[in-house]
Amino acid sequence: MGYDARFRVWRGDASDGSLQDFTVAVNEGEVVLDVIHRLQATQASDLAVRWNCKAGKCGSCSAEINGVPRLMCMTRMSTFPAGQTVTVTPMRTFPVVRDLVTDVSFNYVKAREVPAFAPPPEVAPGEYRMFQVDVERPQEFRKCIECFLCQNTCHALRDHEENMPAFAGPRYLMRQAELEMHPLDARPDRRREAQEDQGLGYCNITKCCTEVCPEHIKITDNALIPLKERVVDRKYDPLVWLGSKIRRRT
Amino acid sequence: MTDLARTDTERTDIERYEYDVLVIGAGGAGLRAAIAAREAGARTAVICKSLFGKAHTVMAEGGIAASMGNVNPNDSWQVHFRDTMRGGKFLNHWRMAELHAKEAPARVWELETYGALFDRTQDGKISQRNFGGHEYPRLAHVGDRTGLELIRTLQQKVVSLQQEDFAETGDYESRLRVFQEATITDLLVTDRRIAGAFGYWRSSGQFIAFSAPAVVLATGGIGKSFKVTSNSWEYTGDGHALALRAGATLLNMEFVQFHPTGMVWPLSVKGILVTESVRGDGGVLQNSEGKRFMFDYIPDVFKDKYATSADEADGWYEDPDRHRRPPELLPRDEVARAINSEVKHGRGSPHGGVYLDVSKRLPADVIRRKLPSMYHQFMELAEVDITAEPMEVGPTCHYVMGGVEVDPDTAAAAVPGLYAAGEVAGGMHGSNRLGGNSLSDLLVFGRRAGVAAAEYAAGLDGRPAVAEADVQRAREEALAPFQAEGGENPYAIHDELQTTMNDLVGIIRKAEEIEQALLALQSLADRVAKVGVLGHRQFNSGWHLALDLRNLLVVSQCVARAALRRTESRGGHTRDDYPAMDPKWRQVNLVCSLDDTQVRVKDQPLPAMPPELLSLFEWSELSKYMTSEELEAVPGAPRDAQLPTDDNGERA
Repeated sequence: MGYDARFRVWRGDASDGSLQDFTVAVNEGEVVLDVIHRLQATQASDLAVRWNCKAGKCGSCSAEINGVPRLMCMTRMSTFPAGQTVTVTPMRTFPVVRDLVTDVSFNYVKAREVPAFAPPPEVAPGEYRMFQVDVERPQEFRKCIECFLCQNTCHALRDHEENMPAFAGPRYLMRQAELEMHPLDARPDRRREAQEDQGLGYCNITKCCTEVCPEHIKITDNALIPLKERVVDRKYDPLVWLGSKIRRRT
Repeated sequence: MTDLARTDTERTDIERYEYDVLVIGAGGAGLRAAIAAREAGARTAVICKSLFGKAHTVMAEGGIAASMGNVNPNDSWQVHFRDTMRGGKFLNHWRMAELHAKEAPARVWELETYGALFDRTQDGKISQRNFGGHEYPRLAHVGDRTGLELIRTLQQKVVSLQQEDFAETGDYESRLRVFQEATITDLLVTDRRIAGAFGYWRSSGQFIAFSAPAVVLATGGIGKSFKVTSNSWEYTGDGHALALRAGATLLNMEFVQFHPTGMVWPLSVKGILVTESVRGDGGVLQNSEGKRFMFDYIPDVFKDKYATSADEADGWYEDPDRHRRPPELLPRDEVARAINSEVKHGRGSPHGGVYLDVSKRLPADVIRRKLPSMYHQFMELAEVDITAEPMEVGPTCHYVMGGVEVDPDTAAAAVPGLYAAGEVAGGMHGSNRLGGNSLSDLLVFGRRAGVAAAEYAAGLDGRPAVAEADVQRAREEALAPFQAEGGENPYAIHDELQTTMNDLVGIIRKAEEIEQALLALQSLADRVAKVGVLGHRQFNSGWHLALDLRNLLVVSQCVARAALRRTESRGGHTRDDYPAMDPKWRQVNLVCSLDDTQVRVKDQPLPAMPPELLSLFEWSELSKYMTSEELEAVPGAPRDAQLPTDDNGERA
């Protein structure tokens, strides 16, 4: 049941690199990460690859497989037609460190810029009461394993490096949406922050992020669009507008 | 040696840092320790072997055990304590089990103030689910991805503290910094006290030296010394080995938990965890003859607490007060041995496991809602639809109960300045850990370690200075694999080590095989010393593994030596040649230390449980575990009770 597969793996570093060809054994039931590991163990011991759980739970082994952003541990070899060469390249949006490993520190910088959960000051630990129906919306976003495939795919980042300082990308807009929907978060102005500090306006809802999410989170429909709608409500609702003017004057 | 390696070798620059508290490990215990240390005012660094937020804690599925009593108000810390001691076959350090049971609820509620979103009860409280060995529904959970929720919540709490520091100092990292993708290879000890640590950045290979008087080990377990394991690559026993080399001791390393249900097919996913929640929510175990076999494996010590018929067992899910629990929910060691035995007797599934079936027990939509990760995992990795067909499962190395010997209240190890919390620490779980008690352990003792480490650092008059010679020696040792001309491939050695441990010191052990393993480990030790790697230091996985190998090797030696010494079967240590539990062995902890490069094992008395805790148990239960001398000293022992006459504990 085993067979030899042809692999092309990008090897190199920040200065230079190229695709290298390998012929490597594949056994029944294996995923792309198994094959990369076999290359490490038998043909290229210093091949750099980032991985942890190999069960689709940690989001470490993100790469582009035949051009499609995916987790290597969740891409079964049986999904490729026999004889097809499998090409594995690092995520394109982030700077290469070495081989398949990229520098994803951009995401950690953006994570710090989203204000943390603000606990309700009057509620003691142990006294939090929330209902399942209310927590389910933000819980969907907390399924995120931070594989950064959505960040890698979003063309507002992928094709426009110049947006990176102003635009946090889908993962961190979703974090704002999550906190905004948290039944007990005490921070008042997350919609405005999403607009002004995380660059919500750069998102033009092409849903590329949703398509690549290995957790099948409906990032665009359930997080980004509601966030945009709420921003619009707030910005253009004449009553809200009037209210804010009156309050400002007093 | 390649030219690149030569240039690297000649580089002498080492990044230097100074902190009050250095936490090694960024899973649940490490992050909770770091939060506690930073909140206590210590300048704190956290070393993260992988990316921040990817630690092995993320793999935990079922939940966090804490007796909040949200689902069954009869629950209390006393009941949780009792379950924990029973699960560990009374070998736990009573004080750790007590602190754990008392403090777990506060640690869980605290997570909500960090932003955690647990599943809820009807009245809006944190929902709690049933789990093996827990008398009441006790596990706070988020579907079957509780570990992810825990790690993300703690990660986000770290970020929130950094945001506070930024607001005050203009620097996010002024008081709490995460060093991600960095590995510590040595602790630096001066005058028998912790002075700092040495390591490298994984991405660049650049060396880093820390000066820090207090170090918290939170490195998790040793699963990668076994072939079939649910553990990720990080679990190479780093903290266990660092502690040994620094002069600390390890406790009860023979107790290794084989989780009963790991995937067995396809081979590439063999060992990946199938959560116990599948059984907690109604899944049953069946052999190839379709028999629900767990009824045949209820041991004497648990026979009053578990159902003896399918009807009774099934009644429990709806009405737990009037039915006994299904035997699928026995502690993990019992279920793992039962599966092992079914397979051995030729009643296994085609790929060498047994069947775990939830498809005939719950409607498909309920399965998808309650067990989303499991549904996903089997669908995508094995093309099995668990809502329509059974899973094939078998035991997988999951957890090590043994670990660094610590003071229960402060998590302090034998070396001043060294602390250990979470899986790397020993004593809490005795000979077998209950599911759900790990995440709570991380929080309770992570916090205690962080507080104690910060206090220790603040209370020092003078700090031990890092000796430059120690730094240079650590550097040379780390570079050694590049010098080994034609040295052996680290992957090949690792594979042999894993096979040795799996086959010879695995779920069922006997003296000849363990002795064989010790010989094999000795010859592997010679080969590990000569391991060689190619290329240069930048993100070189071969080099990383070469350095991890010496840790894997020494912890494997500890497991094997202690396993040979303990001539009884208890919890996560099953001896084919000594199948019974022996009350005399219950009074003994096995303690490993390192004498130059040799692992030594010595017997040490287990601390005795005080009377007020003993009184939580029925005398009849204690009589199944204790020697007659011990039982005579138990307060309130019935005068006319028949004392056990058989110290081999056959009845157990």
